[in-house]
Amino acid sequence: MATRQTTATTETGVRDAVVVGGNRIPFARAGKKYADASNQEMFTAALDGLVARFGLQGERIGEVVGGAVLKHSRDFNLVRESVLGSALHPATPAFDLQQACATGLEATITVANKIRLGQIDSGIAGGTDTISDAPVAVSEGLRRVLLEAQHAKTLQARLKALAKLRPSDLKPLVPATDEPRTGLSMGEHQAITAARWGITREAQDQVALASHQNMAAAWDSGFFDDLVTPFRGLTRDDNVRADTSAEKLAGLKPVFGRSLETPATMTAGNSTPLTDGASTVLLGSREWAEAHDLPVLARFVDAETAAVDFVHGHEGLLMAPAHAVPRLLARNGLTLADFDLVEIHEAFASTVLTILAAWEDDDYCKNELGLTGALGSVDRDRLNVAGSSLAAGHPFAATGGRIVATTAKLLARKAAETGKPARALISICAAGGLGATAILESA
Amino acid sequence: MTDRYAQAVNSGFTKTLAKKLGLPRPAILRRYRDGDPLTVGPVLVLADAASKADADAVARTLLGWDLDVRRDHHDDVRWGAVVVVLTEAAEPTAVTEPVLAVGSVLRSLAGNGRVVTVSRAPAADDSPAVAATRQGVDAVVRSLGKELRGGSTSNGIVLTDDVEVGHPSVLATLRFFLSAKSAYVDGQLLRVGTADATGIVGDRALDGQVAVVTGAARGIGAAIARTLARDGAIVVCVDVPAAGEALAATANAVGGTTLQLDVTADDAGQRILDHARERHGRLDVVVHNAGITRDKLLANMKPAQWESVVAVNLAAQLRINEVLLAAGIDGLRIVSLASTSGIAGNKGQTNYGFSKAGVIGHTRATARLLAASGGTANAVAPGFIETEMTSRIPFATREVARRIPSLAQGGQPVDVAEAIAFLASPAAAGVNGQVLRVCGQHLVGQ
Repeated sequence: MATRQTTATTETGVRDAVVVGGNRIPFARAGKKYADASNQEMFTAALDGLVARFGLQGERIGEVVGGAVLKHSRDFNLVRESVLGSALHPATPAFDLQQACATGLEATITVANKIRLGQIDSGIAGGTDTISDAPVAVSEGLRRVLLEAQHAKTLQARLKALAKLRPSDLKPLVPATDEPRTGLSMGEHQAITAARWGITREAQDQVALASHQNMAAAWDSGFFDDLVTPFRGLTRDDNVRADTSAEKLAGLKPVFGRSLETPATMTAGNSTPLTDGASTVLLGSREWAEAHDLPVLARFVDAETAAVDFVHGHEGLLMAPAHAVPRLLARNGLTLADFDLVEIHEAFASTVLTILAAWEDDDYCKNELGLTGALGSVDRDRLNVAGSSLAAGHPFAATGGRIVATTAKLLARKAAETGKPARALISICAAGGLGATAILESA
Repeated sequence: MTDRYAQAVNSGFTKTLAKKLGLPRPAILRRYRDGDPLTVGPVLVLADAASKADADAVARTLLGWDLDVRRDHHDDVRWGAVVVVLTEAAEPTAVTEPVLAVGSVLRSLAGNGRVVTVSRAPAADDSPAVAATRQGVDAVVRSLGKELRGGSTSNGIVLTDDVEVGHPSVLATLRFFLSAKSAYVDGQLLRVGTADATGIVGDRALDGQVAVVTGAARGIGAAIARTLARDGAIVVCVDVPAAGEALAATANAVGGTTLQLDVTADDAGQRILDHARERHGRLDVVVHNAGITRDKLLANMKPAQWESVVAVNLAAQLRINEVLLAAGIDGLRIVSLASTSGIAGNKGQTNYGFSKAGVIGHTRATARLLAASGGTANAVAPGFIETEMTSRIPFATREVARRIPSLAQGGQPVDVAEAIAFLASPAAAGVNGQVLRVCGQHLVGQ
């Protein structure tokens, strides 16, 4: 074991929660390989792969926490049902949580904190999402009629209820991820933010290119061999484009921000595609990991969430992590320069760039974040070094698990290579103006 | 993966029809199930006059296994097995009486019966008469295998280096040949030499051991993982990352762990060793099962087809073994998958044949290197086994391949797995550098 690092949290007496490893299924573009797979099947597969990797068959895990963003009403208790379908001991408790794209990281934070408090010795965090198998809701009119008819005691009352049905009620509501309060899609929101920050098309395409190249290289080097278990014949993330180029990305037409006064910069190439997938992360106390002869990749240090008022247009929808990170760093006495690795979820390339720009901006940091000056810069060589959501795809709730497991492995590798402890910052933005961030350190 | 012909001639109207037409009727082979008796009936122990003491020792052992042991072949019973002890026979005439006695009871041998000989290997300093007698047993075993019906088999134990019949490895081999675990092993002679052998002769022989099985995602590899786990081993299931889904299913079924790894990777040996030691504390058994075919007539063979087969089937084993040998593991058991194609050759399989014959070659050489630390290296050479892979062979070719062996049927993956579990067991320490065919006594080769 490497020497334990002192932080505010360990000094408070809570014990360490460590990341043992992770497992996910390859992420698939919506409507492709997993078109017929449900959230439950995908999450069960991700769990089973994890169980197989770490020999947890029949093991009673402290708790399994995860969720899905797009969830059928039949999928109540989704995580528990997945546990029951897996090789884990059926006496393993589980619960669902949801924080849009931050679901997986929030699940990790929850599990880690329970471990740190000694409430559980082991836990699995994760998430799953499918666009292909998304729930389709009926219209409000049809829903009311169906409920009334179901509650009707007599045939007459039932017919009377059904008679209220209007043709327009039969139109299904297509699933959408638009913000309920603004009616704008996430992409349109981000287009406004990107325009406000003057993020260029070239800079965005560069982020996208790096993401694909880094992830393709990671796949080719076998980096994901102990992080991913194939599912339904898919053995690699099918969104990764090893052969993409700056020219190809430059040739794509913008899809978001076309109604803005500034030139539209966001394309299908520098925005994450809709994706299906599931991921899991295995955490435990050091003692539990040791007793089970399990590896320890990283230590969970601390986490911070934030929310911004995007409704009134004061702040961009996906800017919450920009607020969360300074608070997280202050509490832990760290600066951006103290991180060997920085993982910023690439909801859009421009999200990463606006957050980085915000931290470098004196005025913004003073006026919005209450800092004395700019937070600092992130060395691009340390940013998303194994690729991120632009390349892998982004099955909403599954993204956090992917990032935590990847980051933990990168940290362990970094520490082994340099012989020195390594530290990583994770930042994930989410719908609703939410953001979740966390610090991991090599164990 | 089902042999419909064998099913048809063994059930219902088609069975009656097949009998009347005199069609060959491959028997339904008895396979090991926990709790089943070791043999299907009483065991007759025969010997030549000089070998009587050894026969007595064998009989006592069999009694210890709760078998009904008889010494008189005139008994009117349905024999489950006949054990012929010829260890001290020194001239050809010595074997006449016991061998003819075997013949006299063959008609009353029960289905799935066993004939097992125990003899000595010819040595360099044998007199011509002794050498002749010992060599002769070889063909008795093989000829008898071709005569037996109803799923019965004939196999031989050949003692080398003055090994006593009471040696644990001899007894473990005898038990394997008598049991249903050797259902598809026929006409084979295994040489057993001196080596410190400990461990139980029997079930759960791998309790507490850690075994690595490559190519464990499906087919024979998955069966090996299941069988080793049944015998008590913790199994590390290795396969290429692309086969991970099936690999996870295997690992979860046997309570083992997965290691997604291409065995041709430079660091494959080290990663296997690290995984086994760090996650399970030790490494006792490595089964080199991963293999591929890229069949093509040599005239049409492309370099990639030759090279990939040799890389996966042979070079990877060599490289992994180097790491294992350097690690100095006491009592390490290495079992490699060879093939009858590597013994007899097969049209369109020069690449595969080369790789599998190479496995036999390196197994013999590795055996010498491992012997010093109490380890063994052996190979199992499957014949036609009913798997996903062989189910893709064209119908006519497949039918011919199935009917050629003495047992007139293909084997099951578990048959290969049972042989491997036996060779991997601690008690089999005296079996080293051997190639055990699991081929239902296929016509070709030895």
